[in-house]
Amino acid sequence: MIKTSLFTGALALLGSVTPAVAFGAGVTLNGSGSTLSKPYQEVAIDQFRKAHKDIKINYGGGGSGKGRQDLADAVVDFAGSDSPFKEADLAKAKGGSILYFPILLSPISVSYNVAGVDKLQLSAPVIAKIFQREITKWSDKAIAAENPGVKLPDTAIVVAHRADGSGTTQNFTEYLNGAAKGVWKLKSGSTVEWPSDTQAGQGNSGVAQIVKSTQGAIGYVDLSDAKASGLKYANIKNRAGKYIEPTPAGASAAGDGVEVKDNLVFSALDAKGDKAYPITAQTWVIVYTKQTDKAKGEALKAYLTFLVKDGQGLLTDIDYAPLSKGLQDKALKQVDKLTLP
Amino acid sequence: MNEPEIDLRGPPNYRDRAFAKLTAGAAGLVLLILGLIAITITRRSLPVFHEMGLGFFTTKRWSPPDSLFGALPFIWGTVFTATIALVIAVPISLGVALFMTQVAPPRLAKPLVYLMDLLAGIPSVVFGLWGVLVLSQHFDLGRSFLTAGIILAIMIIPIITSLSREVIDTTPPGDKEGALAMGTTRWEMITETVLPHSAGGLVGAVMLGLGRAMGETIAAALVIGSALGQMTLRPLAPGNSMPAVIANEWGEAQDLHKSALIALAVTLFAMTIVVNLIATGIVQRSMKRGQGT
Repeated sequence: MIKTSLFTGALALLGSVTPAVAFGAGVTLNGSGSTLSKPYQEVAIDQFRKAHKDIKINYGGGGSGKGRQDLADAVVDFAGSDSPFKEADLAKAKGGSILYFPILLSPISVSYNVAGVDKLQLSAPVIAKIFQREITKWSDKAIAAENPGVKLPDTAIVVAHRADGSGTTQNFTEYLNGAAKGVWKLKSGSTVEWPSDTQAGQGNSGVAQIVKSTQGAIGYVDLSDAKASGLKYANIKNRAGKYIEPTPAGASAAGDGVEVKDNLVFSALDAKGDKAYPITAQTWVIVYTKQTDKAKGEALKAYLTFLVKDGQGLLTDIDYAPLSKGLQDKALKQVDKLTLP
Repeated sequence: MNEPEIDLRGPPNYRDRAFAKLTAGAAGLVLLILGLIAITITRRSLPVFHEMGLGFFTTKRWSPPDSLFGALPFIWGTVFTATIALVIAVPISLGVALFMTQVAPPRLAKPLVYLMDLLAGIPSVVFGLWGVLVLSQHFDLGRSFLTAGIILAIMIIPIITSLSREVIDTTPPGDKEGALAMGTTRWEMITETVLPHSAGGLVGAVMLGLGRAMGETIAAALVIGSALGQMTLRPLAPGNSMPAVIANEWGEAQDLHKSALIALAVTLFAMTIVVNLIATGIVQRSMKRGQGT
């Protein structure tokens, strides 16, 4: 992960990366973008190909921003992105109007490493103060107030965040910007101005590695990487005032409570609902409405249908949450909006 | 120098002409590419200079959500890590070069040359991962200016060594033998004849190493720590350098942020060109002197 993200970053400096070329007959679909949804794309492509041997699909990763840029330049057939296009960028897209297909929800965990503490509850304002270095000890009163009965040590807090620009950072800071309004000062973005006495790691796995190896550390890591590294994670207070554990079920519950626009754009962050896990990110596959190649367009329709329907069963195993039924139906209906020549 | 001019090339022939044109074309192409790179990146960096002015070079804060981009801490990080790298690499490289040329028997010197070339060919990501696994974790240096400096030092030792070896080899054998004949020790012979003779070339070799250390991207990005706003002399503090920031933030950057990253590339481009020009100048001057012309 470390290697690929940096490598593509370096390549991107030289110009955009050409997607892999397919050999032989059949159709090839190329996609790039979100690294959050890459594990799902990989297992989905694997399964999809069992039924469609003549369709080859490549998904290149590289980050949501790169995916949107590649689609706008029409060098890929679909983009994976954790956030929608900005209006101004959309105007520059070569292929005209686009369609958003939500494919999964992902809980972002707040993972920690404090000896003797196995259960931790945090609310957005406290997380905000920890990450902007206003709370620097685990024994701080604000943390203790949310964790009655837990013996918190005097250990110094080490904050870990992403070194690379990331959709995970974007979602995490957007959550704090909304849920800790008035407390959070670093605003939101793929890179924000972290205090200089914090630590940075490459990718979710890099942050997980810092948390795992540093006593007193805390960091935001997507659930599948947190689990893979064997990290402990906090229960986060949601809008209903309940402390919820990051699980696929909690993320699905967040998906139930969101307001979805007609174009299927929504934000699952800080969603309503008793069981909703509040730091839940979403990710879309974005395609052009007007397809210019008949064979490719048909293949794309088949793959999109698989992603939002049959593929959804693959998600829980890799610690992502499937779409709610309502959202899934809307996405399926939207597949018909693709026009072929 | 009054020899009659004899044209050894024979009568001109279409193959010769084609060959001459082809090679000239290749040479011109390199210049053209360099020029085009300079033009494109400068043009695409303009928006950030429009927004920040020269404050881009003097501002300490880097906050993409605020559209605030100051390169100063990254320029500092680039200079600081490159300096650490030189402090470590220069004595070692000179030592190895002198050993290969003045001390070691040829039987041993030859394999050493191969080994140095091998070290120069290792991809930088390998050094970077080794740095993360060994230096920052095993030796507990963390991710810091020092860790980055050490990795950069290892990466530039082969370059400085091989250039130094070639420069030192240009010392006329007569000078060295003369010194030895006057009863000097080997150490005196090296300090009195070899080093003064090759001083200019050695400076050039070091500066070429400096140029590479400043531009190294992947290895630095992996071990430098990616901390913002660090303007410290503490080597164990995490920091950041220009190439590392570009590699880390490019993928998700948009609009002005992208332009700011390109402006970092322009700054780095300019700095390395200046260092390389100075180095080339010094090396050429000293090479000429070395050949007695």
